[in-house]
Amino acid sequence: MSDVITTDAVIIGAGPCGLFAVFELGLVDVKCHVVDILDRPGGQCAELYPEKPIYDIPALPIVTGAELTSRLLEQIKPFGAEFHYNQMVTELIKHGDNDFELKTDGGLVFRSKVVVIAAGGGSFQPKKPPIPGIDSYEGTSVFYSVKKMEAFRGRDVLIVGGGDSALDWTINLQPIAKSMTLLHRRDDFRAAPDSVKKMRELVAEGKMQFRLGQVTGLKGEAGVLSAATVKGNDGATFDIATNTMLPFFGLTMKLGPVAEWGLNLHENLVPVDTAKFETSTPGVFAIGDINTYPGKLKLILSGFHEAALMAQQAFKYKNPGERLLFQYTTSSSSLQKKLGVN
Amino acid sequence: MAKITFIQHNGAEQTCDGSPGMSVMETAIKNMVPGIDADCGGACACATCHVYVEPEWVDKAGPRNPMEEDMLDFAFDVQDSSRLSCQIKVTDALDGLRVRVPAKQF
Repeated sequence: MSDVITTDAVIIGAGPCGLFAVFELGLVDVKCHVVDILDRPGGQCAELYPEKPIYDIPALPIVTGAELTSRLLEQIKPFGAEFHYNQMVTELIKHGDNDFELKTDGGLVFRSKVVVIAAGGGSFQPKKPPIPGIDSYEGTSVFYSVKKMEAFRGRDVLIVGGGDSALDWTINLQPIAKSMTLLHRRDDFRAAPDSVKKMRELVAEGKMQFRLGQVTGLKGEAGVLSAATVKGNDGATFDIATNTMLPFFGLTMKLGPVAEWGLNLHENLVPVDTAKFETSTPGVFAIGDINTYPGKLKLILSGFHEAALMAQQAFKYKNPGERLLFQYTTSSSSLQKKLGVN
Repeated sequence: MAKITFIQHNGAEQTCDGSPGMSVMETAIKNMVPGIDADCGGACACATCHVYVEPEWVDKAGPRNPMEEDMLDFAFDVQDSSRLSCQIKVTDALDGLRVRVPAKQF
């Protein structure tokens, strides 16, 4: 059995709202652990638009997603929140008032007083190409990620895509696969030039194949793939023999397990009240893009406001009966002490 | 104003007024055209506003930009006429533009 991590609050999602929630909760001495499915902080800012400028963050006339993330990390540093990446929260169980258990797909278990869902558009999951019949091969012949390389030893592997995941796994799996084919729709790659060079060397050495085209169909029986039907760039159709296909088409956001936690949902969003940003389950909050209420705007700045109000109620759950003195960071010596500036 | 027609997979057509300066994607979203998801909100970061430009409009709509070409790797069934509608700016020259919406953005 894994060790249970006991904390005041678990924040699900390390996007801008989840990060700022660490700040607001920190000011009222609520300790946090933050869980995110990605391998780094930033959420959509990191995954969808790290280099794109954002123009509507108050007092920052222009800031990129990556810069905003690093500034938030700097801002919340004094509060020592712990981060758990590459983890999807799969279960949320209520044991009693302000006693929640959360489990992740990576085997982590948390016990917390409050839960803050700051999951944005949901969890980033691999995009599944809409190839007819692909579902029946998933998990047996079609895989969207590589968890254990050994599972691919001796297989006839077909990797589809032109980004870093596609190229990295082509290079890493080639030595153990029986055969390796990379299929991409064009002879240009988003992947790092160095990986592309390595791949081309393997092709030149006759160790793998690179084909141009797009998968249109799959052939096989009982969940075991025998070939992928491909439309080449000249319009001609051909088959590539394979028993293992790995499509890498990037990530998409899916609401995911949040839907199974017994919370009221409205059109895949979590309704909250606008005083505390609490869900239908007391002690479970939802802030940022994932929540909905009359007048909701999916703006980062709205999520920041929601985090501030959520923290007030989280304090009350952590300290029942205690009065929270409202203070400003400009003048309060106790807040400044927490921020490490005094 | 430029009239832009979106043709659904089942053949249904919807013609919308596009204002010069807006993108074809924004025109679709404003008019609630089904099948243009635009998950990333127009940052050319998701490929969920993929359309096929009708043959007679391909030249006028112009070539794909390099960022768009990269993003189209994330789309399904990319054809020569494929564009990301967030990257096509509405101009008076595009009055009458016709684009087909794929069966599914993915």
